[in-house]
This record gives sequence, structure tokens and C-alpha cells, in this order.
Amino acid sequence: MPLNRREFLKTLGVAGAGLSGVSALGSTKQAPDQEEFYAILHDITLCEGCQECEFACAAAHGLPEPEDYPDAEVVRKLSPDRRSVINAVETSVGEVYTKKQCMACGQPACAAACLTKAMKKEESGPVTWNENKCMGCRYCMVSCPFETPQFEYDSNNPKITKCDMCFDRLQEGELPVCVENCPAGALTFGKRSEILHEARQRILDNPGTYVEHIYGEHEAGGTGWLNLSPVPFEELGFKTNLDNKPYPELTKGFLYAVPSVFILWPALLMGLKEATSKESEKGADDE
Amino acid sequence: MSEQVLHEQFIKPESRWQWFLSELKPKASMWTLFNFISVPTVLVAAAIIVIRFVYGLSAVSNVTQTMPWGLWKGFNVVTGVAFAGGAYVLTFMVYVLGQEKYKPLVRVTVLNGFLAYTFYAFALILDLGKPWNIINPIIGNSFGTSSVLFLVAWHFMLYIVAQIIEFSPTIAEWLGSERARRNLKRLTIGAVVFGITLSTLHQSGLGALFLMAKGKIHPLWYSEFIPTLFFISSIFAGLSMVIFQGTILQRVFAYQLHRDADKQQNIMIRGLARVCAIAMFAYFFLKVIDMVHNHTLGYLLSGWGAWYLLELIGFVLIPMLMFVYGVRVGTPLMIKIASLMTLIGIVLNRMNVSVIAFNGDILPRYVPTWMEWVVTVSILFVQIWIFRWVIHRMPVLRTMEEMTQVKKA
Repeated sequence: MPLNRREFLKTLGVAGAGLSGVSALGSTKQAPDQEEFYAILHDITLCEGCQECEFACAAAHGLPEPEDYPDAEVVRKLSPDRRSVINAVETSVGEVYTKKQCMACGQPACAAACLTKAMKKEESGPVTWNENKCMGCRYCMVSCPFETPQFEYDSNNPKITKCDMCFDRLQEGELPVCVENCPAGALTFGKRSEILHEARQRILDNPGTYVEHIYGEHEAGGTGWLNLSPVPFEELGFKTNLDNKPYPELTKGFLYAVPSVFILWPALLMGLKEATSKESEKGADDE
Repeated sequence: MSEQVLHEQFIKPESRWQWFLSELKPKASMWTLFNFISVPTVLVAAAIIVIRFVYGLSAVSNVTQTMPWGLWKGFNVVTGVAFAGGAYVLTFMVYVLGQEKYKPLVRVTVLNGFLAYTFYAFALILDLGKPWNIINPIIGNSFGTSSVLFLVAWHFMLYIVAQIIEFSPTIAEWLGSERARRNLKRLTIGAVVFGITLSTLHQSGLGALFLMAKGKIHPLWYSEFIPTLFFISSIFAGLSMVIFQGTILQRVFAYQLHRDADKQQNIMIRGLARVCAIAMFAYFFLKVIDMVHNHTLGYLLSGWGAWYLLELIGFVLIPMLMFVYGVRVGTPLMIKIASLMTLIGIVLNRMNVSVIAFNGDILPRYVPTWMEWVVTVSILFVQIWIFRWVIHRMPVLRTMEEMTQVKKA
């Protein structure tokens, strides 16, 4: 069967062309050194729920001022107009205040999910979104374990909005507005290793004040926002069913298998074709 | 096919162009019940699409921040692609394993697969917030290579090309170019092998899309085996579609088929039912292993568990047994009913993973708007229009010779 060798090569060629497009798959880009990017600690025992951070955030990003207040009866949610929210929670130690925003994961699911690289983990720590790359597929929202990216469903040119740790301010050596404006000192900004150290120190120095858990140290493989709480985090409504591995790891196995399938399948299929074809049926040309 | 027959076709009209224009005109009566329903529906859908692009997604769709993917992605893309899996399974059986007896099904299945993928790509674009940026992952200025969606999108595009190549000899016959047909035919095996490889990866890839949604999808449906489960189920989803669609074609296009087509069809159906039953057994087995492995058996007693069992027992295990019975006893009707049930099971499964059991406990639940339904159904209608147009003109169900004979008669 002279044509088969030719066809086999042809097939390999076609498959090879396809492969070149996807061979780079499988390498989930490692975030810069886990410990070295910037992080922010929210100490829930210090937070007074004054919403200064919310007002500062809204002003800094041209968003409408918040008109509602933290109330233990309602869960205030993130929205395209609100990148950071304070919620009041009634707990066993009285009312405390939690803060929700993009957690700035060390290895963000959203960035691994994005097929246009619109979501990006910056070296300095924030996870940013690029308007000119995004095609609005919302796979980042499907993937984000904290469900923080918000989509402007009301717009015909929608944005994905979320906290970017005031990336532009960081570039100029300034603090994120929420940290700068917190009158209670509940927010602390610094290199992640230092922030973790500080958080551990507070737990050690104040026995009985905190639960021995820094939320964000291991959740989703480690995040850029860390939380200290006087009560277990379930009580506060934090997600506690999360993996301690980075979320991109969940698709890694599948993506690694892709190049192998791309090489093995065509070879296997052509082999099968050869093995099962009858010598008598030479004319592959006729119907 | 003889050159003579082909020539005859072109002698009558004055030029190829005129012939082509005449081919564009409808060949059958326009006043059918199907058109009576489909034309207004599609017109409404067109208006909805305009509204969607002017005012944004929320004007027509109920998708939310916690439910970013709704009916258009869950049904048109995730479910539809599984249904279109018949093309890669059949081309595998015919061109790789040399099972010539299934050849009469190949063209119509590949045509359907091609149309399905093209229209589902269209549904995907409707759902995109910034569809003009779709160019980014295509031209290479922004390759998100670590994304499963990147892989799925590329495989979608490449597979559409592979299916055009697989179908191209039919188009060449229609246009009457024997030389083009010969040359295109040579590409078939390459396209088939490439197509099967792509299908393996994007059928499983559609499942892999949801791997990072751990904690959002109910544990009964979330599994690290999702890619494998999606791949295996695409085999019996695709073949069930071939069986079911064959049943409908037999009625609608009866005049195009041989007198002994029924008998031939039944032989093919039995073969395909066997493959379905085996694939379904593997799938069922893997599902059970998955439940044991992930310790999700306890959930079976909840409301979600009942819903899960309905899908797994009612629409996988029972149709599987019906396939086995149908093959053993030789009752085509039983096989046809089983194929329909299998299709319902696939709809349930894909919708459960992507929509129903996705953040299913967050209230209020996502319920598609009537506008989302109209667009979803319209996409199928337009697909059927084009399918019908092709069947009336190209040698898909019958050969070119048979077509010209009908013309003369």
C-alpha cells in the first residue's frame, strides 16, 4: 500500500500543525515567589465596620458611594459597582465585621481560566484585568473559588470588575486606598511573608482573642488577602470547603495529557487502520 | 459515478451561475407546519439578538454573578457538542476500522456534526460580553495556553475545518467536479484521524472546563473524572443521536431512500445499539466507582440524590438495558426508544453539571427567560433549515445518480 505511508505522513503533518498550537498548554504559569508579593491583612477583631474603606474605594475607582450599611440581617454582596463590601455578622462574641473583595490568590484560578490572558497575577501581588484582551466569556467567574469577579450584564460593552489592590497606586509606591483610609488600623499592608509573620505574632501575643487560623494562608493555595478572626470562619460565612491547593492544579492533569493524546492518537489510529484493513481493499479512493 | 450523468446536469441550464442561483431556490413547498412554526420563532430570535447586543445580556437573559453560564452555554454548547459526537465515532468505525456497512450514515452524520458545531460556535458568540475580542485567542497576540477553554475553542475551530474536509467530496459531487472530488477524497483519512483526536480532547475538555468549579457543582456531579465521563458519554450520546435522527429522516425524507433502506437501517441500528450499550456500561460503572471513591453515596438520600438517580438509573441504566434487549430480541422500536431516552439522559447530565447543580443551592435559582429559550430553539431551527436545504440538493442520503433520476422522472 504505497499511499498509506504518504497518508500516514500527511496525517502526522496535520496533527503536528495542530499540536504546535497547543503544545504550550499544560504549563500553568507559576506566580512569582509565593511569599514575596504584597498582601493585606484584615484583622476582624479591630474592624469597626465604619465603611471608610468602601467610600475610599468607590471614590478612587469612580464608583457610586455605598448607600446601605452593614447589617447582620442582610448579606451585602459584591457587584459591578462595588469591589469591596463590609458585612456585619452576629457571632458568639457579638457583632463583628468582615470584608469581602478579590482575594488576590497566589495562583489565581481566574488567570489560569482566561483564554486571552486578560486576567493576570502581577508580580507585586494584585490580580488585574485587561479590557482589551477580555472577550467576556465569564469562565473566570465559573472558576474563581471566591466568586469575586463581577460582570456588567447591563452593558453592551461589559467589564469584569473586581478589586485589583489599587494596582496603579502600588506602581507609584502608594498604599491601596482602603488600607490608607482605615481609621481603626484593621488593615495592614506588606510583603506576604511579613504579613503572615505579623498575623502569627498577633495570635501568639493575644491568647484567646483569635482562632488559630489565618484565612488565606493556605486556602486556594494561599491568597494575597489574609484574615484574622475571633470566631471560626464558618461562623462568618467564609467559604471553608476550599482546596488548600492552588485551583489551577485541578486542570493541570488534563492539560498535561493533551500533548500525549495529540501524538499517540494519530499514530494509534493509523496503526489500527493498517491492522484492520484487508489487503484486497486497496482502493481507498472509491466510495 | 459516470461523467455523463454529471454533464447532463449542466447542459440544461445556460451557465453554472444560473444553475447555482436555481439551486438556492426552495425545492419543496414552503407552506409546511415546520416552517409555520420556525419562521416566526427565528424572526423573534433575531429581534432578541439585536436587543441583547444593544442593551447587554441582562436585557434578555437571567444569568447572574453566581450563575455566569446559562442555557446558551449549558444547552447549545455543552449538550449540543455531545450530541454531535456521532461524527467522530462513525468516521472512526468506517474509515479506521473499515466497517463499510455504516458508510450510508457517514455523510449525513458529518453534515449534522458540522452544522451543529458551526451553530454552537454562533451561540457561544452571542453569549460573549465582548465578542469582537474573540480575535485575541485566535490570531496569537494573547494566547491563554493554560486555559482549558483555550484548548476547547481551538479544537472547536480546527474540528469544524476537519469536518468541512470530510464533507467536501459531497460538495464536489454536487458541483459536478469529479477531479476535485478525487483530490478532496484523498484528504479524508487525514481529516478523520485529526478529527477523532480533536474530538477526544474537546469532548473531554468540555468536562474539564468545570474542574475548577469544585465546591460550586454538587458533589454528586463534580468529579475529577468529569473529562473521562464526558468523553465516554459523548460516544453513546452521538450514536443515539445517529439512531434517533435516522428514524426521523426515514419519515421526512422517505422518498429519497431505497426500498430496502428500512432493512439496512435496522441492521445498522442494531450495530450502533451494541456500541451504545457497551459505552453506557463503562460509563455507569465509572459513575459508581466515582461515587464510592468520592464518598458521595450519602448524598443519594437527599433531594439532589433522587434527581441524580433519575438521571443515572432512569436515563442511563434503563436505556442501556433496553439497548441490550433490543439487540438480543431484534426490536428496532425498542432501540429507537432507548436512543431517545439516552438523549434525554445526556441533556440531564450536561445541564446538571453546567447549570442545574452548579451553585444549585444559591437562591433564587437561575431559570432561563423565554427569550433565552426562543434563541436556543431558533438556533436548532436554522440548523434544520440548512440541513434540509443541503439534503434536497447534495448527494447525502442518496447518490448523484439517484438524484438525477428523480429529476427526470
